[in-house]
Amino acid sequence: MPAAQTAAGTLSGRGLVKTYHVGEVDIHALRGVDVDVCDGELVVLLGPSGSGKSTLLNILGGLDTPTAGTLEFRGTQMDTSDEALLTRYRRDHVGFVFQFYNLVASLTAEENVALVTEIAPAPMAPADALALVGLGARRDAFPAQLSGGEQQRVAIARAVAKQPDVLLCDEPTGALDSSTGVLVLDAIAQVNRDLGTATVVITHNQGIADMADRVLFFGDGRIVDERRNATRRAPSELTW
Amino acid sequence: MRLHPLDRKLVRDLWRLRGQALAIALILGSGVAVLCSSLAVVEALTETANAFYERQRFAHVFATATRAPVQLVARIRELPGVQTVEARVVKYATLDVPGFEEPVNGSLVSVPEERGPDLNRLHLRRGALPRRGRPADAVVSEAFAEAHGLEPGDTLGALINGRRRTLEISGIALSPEHVYAIGPGAIMPDARLYGVLWLGEEALRAAFDLDGAFNDVSLALARGADPDAVIHALDRLLARYGGIGAIPRADQISNWFLTNEIRQLRSMAGILPTIFLVVAAFLGNMVLARLIATERAEIGLVKAFGYSNADVAWHYAKLVLAMAGLGVLLGWAAGWWLGRWTTVMYAELFRFPTLYYAPGPGPFAAAAVASLGAALAGAVGSARRAARLPPAEAMRPPSPAAYRRAGWLSTALQRVFEQLTRIVLRQLLRWPLRALLTSLGVAASVAVLIMAFQWVDALDYMVDSFFFDQQRQDVTVALTDQHGSGVRHDFSRLPGVLAVEAHRAVPVRFRNGPRSRRESIIGLPADGALEVLKDARGAPVAVPPAGVVLSRALAKRLGVQRGDRVIVEVLDGARPVVTMPVSAVFQTWIGTPAYMDLDALNRVLGDGPVVDILLLRVDAARLPELYRALKATPAVAAVGLRRAAVDNFDDTIGESMYLFISLYAVFACTIAGGVIYNSMRIALSERGRELATLRVLGFSGAEASYVLLGEAALLVLVALPLGCVLGLVMIRMMAASFETELFRIPPVVEPSTYGIALLITLFTAAACGVLMQRRVVRLDLIRVLKTRE
Repeated sequence: MPAAQTAAGTLSGRGLVKTYHVGEVDIHALRGVDVDVCDGELVVLLGPSGSGKSTLLNILGGLDTPTAGTLEFRGTQMDTSDEALLTRYRRDHVGFVFQFYNLVASLTAEENVALVTEIAPAPMAPADALALVGLGARRDAFPAQLSGGEQQRVAIARAVAKQPDVLLCDEPTGALDSSTGVLVLDAIAQVNRDLGTATVVITHNQGIADMADRVLFFGDGRIVDERRNATRRAPSELTW
Repeated sequence: MRLHPLDRKLVRDLWRLRGQALAIALILGSGVAVLCSSLAVVEALTETANAFYERQRFAHVFATATRAPVQLVARIRELPGVQTVEARVVKYATLDVPGFEEPVNGSLVSVPEERGPDLNRLHLRRGALPRRGRPADAVVSEAFAEAHGLEPGDTLGALINGRRRTLEISGIALSPEHVYAIGPGAIMPDARLYGVLWLGEEALRAAFDLDGAFNDVSLALARGADPDAVIHALDRLLARYGGIGAIPRADQISNWFLTNEIRQLRSMAGILPTIFLVVAAFLGNMVLARLIATERAEIGLVKAFGYSNADVAWHYAKLVLAMAGLGVLLGWAAGWWLGRWTTVMYAELFRFPTLYYAPGPGPFAAAAVASLGAALAGAVGSARRAARLPPAEAMRPPSPAAYRRAGWLSTALQRVFEQLTRIVLRQLLRWPLRALLTSLGVAASVAVLIMAFQWVDALDYMVDSFFFDQQRQDVTVALTDQHGSGVRHDFSRLPGVLAVEAHRAVPVRFRNGPRSRRESIIGLPADGALEVLKDARGAPVAVPPAGVVLSRALAKRLGVQRGDRVIVEVLDGARPVVTMPVSAVFQTWIGTPAYMDLDALNRVLGDGPVVDILLLRVDAARLPELYRALKATPAVAAVGLRRAAVDNFDDTIGESMYLFISLYAVFACTIAGGVIYNSMRIALSERGRELATLRVLGFSGAEASYVLLGEAALLVLVALPLGCVLGLVMIRMMAASFETELFRIPPVVEPSTYGIALLITLFTAAACGVLMQRRVVRLDLIRVLKTRE
């Protein structure tokens, strides 16, 4: 099995296995994955649908627990079903961005961001987070008044406003056209660079992989290959 | 037979929505149960009464006189419209039942020996009618016999016209005249303290020195005869003989109570089920609207396949009809049982040979049509919306809900509340109508609870104000005749008597223009303290030396108020007709009494100081001695005992009332639970994504639930005061529709009643909240967030 680890990272998984029981069938979503993500690193997970990328991301983010294996975040065991601990972990350390933006329709852009800053221990100002993704001027707009790209950037601002240690993005450009997608990826790259946040991005676009420090190739619940980019390319230079 | 795929979808949808479907079915079922049980009992009572009245030839007109010659019967029979005349003797007597301490009031009614009367025939349960030449033979009413365990052959003592006699029970019977057997001065039937005795005609005439005379007459009229004309003519004939005005069957006391009860049941069948049906229709609409919103794509798909708009609308209408159908079935079963239980209860109160409970299909069909109609009416809007969706549009996701800043409100929101609370408030402001309807639904349950518990308050209040506040005597004695005021002194020497007050009751007819009313004027002594009149605010109302004081209900009926003049036709003695001022109006919840100063009353009648009612305050420890003395006092016609009346009131009403209240509480909880559960369930399905997002962002299960529960809590909070107001409005409506000349329900609500209603509602809401909270905590975050809305 190709090694996916460098030195022990911020986030460190060993032998991660996830099996779902659907009816009488067992689905092996992860079949033993070792992974480390370090501070300031941008990792892209690449692979076809059903290869286990999202399952790994959910486990890394404390949305799901592994069936077997261990996960450590800065030395704390996270492979637990302790709901309070996982909630604490998500609240204090993890930022999420989804393919569908999942904004709260009844809150403005700024309020959506404030939703997080109100409960995070060391957040940035919501207005600063919006400025970071280039939406300083749209802070009072409700989601229904924003375009898809704008909504996704609000989602990124919301994810990073708490200054998370880990930013996890699941197909962040999946619902966007490519020019809007570039804006969104720019925002993610900027956060990673400026705040030094360990970032994991799922995609099935090969082209996006060039913006990463490291690319993990998934197939059938395993990491089948790993590539380290000598230089990261800016999203504006990418094509897909 | 294979189900159509759409119908299979319907079955699965129903299963998926089973919680909500059940809530709607239960609410509809409650309405159906109340509606069909009320209608079924109305049917049972009406049909049983009609059959009994017809079989026993219940008379159409009733009149009493002091002493009319038997020859008058022929003249009465000649009156146009009169078919049959039954002249008889009806008197009161004090009965002494072996082994029973208290004096018992008896109505003595004469019947022709052996053949029985032509009208108001007795339905003999056991034994035989009084035999010729056996003056001690007496048939007794069944309820009275049961209350004392009397059987044919048993004996009992009676003080008849001052002479003590021993009567032998020859038979036990029911009579159409005494279906509701209420004693003199009583407000409820008490079979232990009141009985009807039918004695042989000759024996009773002899006992009261009425040979060749009668003092009571009943008439059966020919079909199509005008009772008013007959009554008028009869009154003229009897006027010389002490007639105090004939009454039609409708005013005959037993029948009056019965028809009144039926009327109340009918109004019950109107108000409550309407609430349930409206709430259920609203819920059906809510569930359907949400279902259609989540099934836009499916609707577009089936329409793209070529299903018509009508097919789609019918598909969703069927869903609501299925829920309603379940409600109807549950309601039928509960209604049948409730109706039977109510009928059994009525059989204790209204004595018929058998009270048939065999409800026809009518009530059940009516309830089913009403509830299915309400459900469909609720579904129409949503079903139409589903049908109207063009396929292409249906298959696109709906645009996100548009929120706008509402100026100052938004600024205020921002200043005061954190984000989670803002979500709650904006959600409410976004759909204010839906929020209002949800609150109204919960308010309806608060109102039903208040209405149910208010019965206790009203009856307590009625008993307190009537038996303790207004009438302060322990024992009321009606005298056989008018006596001089010296009788007061005689009674004060009876054992245990602490104080005696003497009153006089005079039958009169009040007139004001076309309005008239028969009533008695009670003469109160100027220094009286045992009977106190109060106004609506509870302040004492003095009886001035001139004029008449009317109860509010009587004044209302006559259309007069304080200061107006009213014509008083005295139906006694020299029968003077005088005009008097209404000197005051007072409040009472029972009856329509009228009062005057005793001396003034005697002056109007041209009599000296005479009295015929005595009010006694007594030493409770010496009651047995007093009872014995009263049973042996010839002047006593009837005795009223306060303690027994209050106990009887509590016993009769208490048990059935508490059962009714419990049932209503269950119904109300069904509404509260149904409305709250449904609206929370819908909010959860609408906002699962938002709640999951909050969980992913790091909010705990409790914090995320706050968005859902906070909204529900706010709606319930708004509903509570709304429900109190609604309850008060409904109580007033009920009181108005239940208002009769004998009872008015005081619209009083004790603070504890509000408290209990609010607590039950809060508890129900909390239970729903716990259920929902568990669902929020168990939300499948990944699945919810991955699905495209």
